[in-house]
Amino acid sequence: MKCVVTGSNVKVLGKAVHSLSRIGDELYLEPLDDGLSLRTVNSSRSAYACFLFAPLFFQQYQPSTPGQDLLRCKILMKSFLSIFRSLAMLEKTVEKCCISLNDRSSCLVVQLHCKYGVRKTHNLSFQDCESLQAVFNLASCPHVLRAPARILGEAVLPFPPALAEVTLGIGRGRRVILRSYQEEEAESTSKAMVTEMSIGEEDFQQLQAPEGMGITFCLKEFRGLLSFAESANLPVSIHFDAPGRPAIFSIEDSLLDGHFVLATLLELDPPTQDLSSSKHHQPMPQLQSHSTPYQDNFANDDIDSYMIAMETTVGSEGSRALPSVSLMPGPHSEEEDNEAEPSPVPGTPPPKKFRSLFFGSILAPTHSPQGPSPVLAEDSDGEG
Amino acid sequence: MPLLTQHVRDENRQYCLVASLDNVRNFSTVLKAIHFQEHATCFATKNGIKVTVENAKCVQANAFIQAEVFQEFRVEEESVIFRINLTILLDCLSIFGSNPMPGTFTALRMCYQGHGQPLMLFLEEGGVVTVCKINTQEPVGTLDFDFCSTNVISKIILQSEGLREAFSELDMTSEILQMTISPDRPYFRLSTFGNAGSSHLDYPKDCDLMESFHCNHTQVNRYKLSLLKPSTKALVLSCKVSIRTDNRGFLSLQYMIKNEDGQISFVDYYCCPDEDIPESES
Repeated sequence: MKCVVTGSNVKVLGKAVHSLSRIGDELYLEPLDDGLSLRTVNSSRSAYACFLFAPLFFQQYQPSTPGQDLLRCKILMKSFLSIFRSLAMLEKTVEKCCISLNDRSSCLVVQLHCKYGVRKTHNLSFQDCESLQAVFNLASCPHVLRAPARILGEAVLPFPPALAEVTLGIGRGRRVILRSYQEEEAESTSKAMVTEMSIGEEDFQQLQAPEGMGITFCLKEFRGLLSFAESANLPVSIHFDAPGRPAIFSIEDSLLDGHFVLATLLELDPPTQDLSSSKHHQPMPQLQSHSTPYQDNFANDDIDSYMIAMETTVGSEGSRALPSVSLMPGPHSEEEDNEAEPSPVPGTPPPKKFRSLFFGSILAPTHSPQGPSPVLAEDSDGEG
Repeated sequence: MPLLTQHVRDENRQYCLVASLDNVRNFSTVLKAIHFQEHATCFATKNGIKVTVENAKCVQANAFIQAEVFQEFRVEEESVIFRINLTILLDCLSIFGSNPMPGTFTALRMCYQGHGQPLMLFLEEGGVVTVCKINTQEPVGTLDFDFCSTNVISKIILQSEGLREAFSELDMTSEILQMTISPDRPYFRLSTFGNAGSSHLDYPKDCDLMESFHCNHTQVNRYKLSLLKPSTKALVLSCKVSIRTDNRGFLSLQYMIKNEDGQISFVDYYCCPDEDIPESES
């Protein structure tokens, strides 16, 4: 794979990396025929983001060397981000950015051609990986909001930086309400401040949701998408369904598209009502049947049951289709990749009521279906 | 502006070092450029003051503040030498705040009576005078890097701007910084080898950043990144930097720092190479 980004698009790429870095610790880079895809998922698997840069975005785009299979890789977000850390520098000094990935050198090479002929070459070690794909379907979401990023960006600006979740709903008079979400326990102990922003219907390019409908999701990831969309001056579409079902935030123009899939909080009360209810959600383990389509399983609260889904399909034909996954976290899913491990990473807030998203996986034909992913970095524990 | 003129006149005789300047930042800024260790050794001669800081017997930083920077500068002996806690000295110099209001200056008068005596600082801003006495310490010998210009293999002068960003972005998970200077490509290359992979930064020989480039044969040297990183402080303040390496692989970095009055001070860093690379031996 080889691609060349020039001019202001370098900053666009950098911005995308910044917003992805708000979500996950690992970046999945996958050159596809219809563009370069950058994806990530957070450690509790409740948020997934992907950007697809169309071939036209690049000055040169070559997804694979002729006669070779498409390569894909997984790298540390931190190391990729550090290349694009300073956006001001990208804008001021970087003229061209070349990204290349090939079999021979076991690294992803990112080369920045800067002003004065200075050239920065980063050789990032990577891991082979399977394709990362959240299972979501825009068409299955009955509710849609679309507004310029600036409107939404200004609406989330007043929320305190530490606020974790925000509720987005349709209030009376078809006004769109954004309200800081308070955890039930916190309410009794502290006199927390609730911030609420209300946006008129006229600011929306599309508003297709009934009054009283609302969803609660993480603000951090949303801010990440908004900051990208604002800089690109693009409208943001929010596709959502009932609370507890994933919401899809997307942006699109001719050169790129981005989708952020965020889990929403399962709230049995309509979110536009008072949040003080202590009603608890009852898990329904009987729904965890492998014959149930995945949509229905979102009614279940048990995160483990959602951690499925490394589907192993050898060969590329037909594998692009979203796998309709049965909920059997059987042994085969664990041995493919650590990613399939059903336990959330410790230290990350496992949102009790957030549900993880589903990921299908498409195994590369060259990849051995057994055994862990090979580590391509050299063993550093030498004798000398 | 005169500082405690009367008082000072009486005592002037006893002091072996008297230095005063109207804007203390012309002095403190340069000291900040070498502030990576607690203690510093000060040498004063009639040409000015040299402040030296060392770490791990491998790196040495010197700040030179020329006599011309001071409005009054007198050294009664051939040379005056003492060791002082640099952190405390800098705290005292910025006792009126490190970011004063624009247009206001803190004036400084600095006096030293001699061995065993404290360093006296009289700082004045807006009619308020602070007197600080900092105990001095027995001077200890400083390293002689024996960096001689006749042994210099390569010498590069760069606009600091070009190096500043590079140093701020260095991959600190790398233990070393590898410096390649060569008469052919890549000319001047800085490399790090960190957890995430390696990074190389190449400068062309003839660009606007590169003021001069002299190199007769290729040299590859490695330096401990943790020892070089503190030089970023000087780099940030400087307008130009000269990079020299000698036949032993020793590195000399000289920073030219312009103060607020347009006068020039120098800060230099010497650093030992981390290890010998066989190819680089001549």
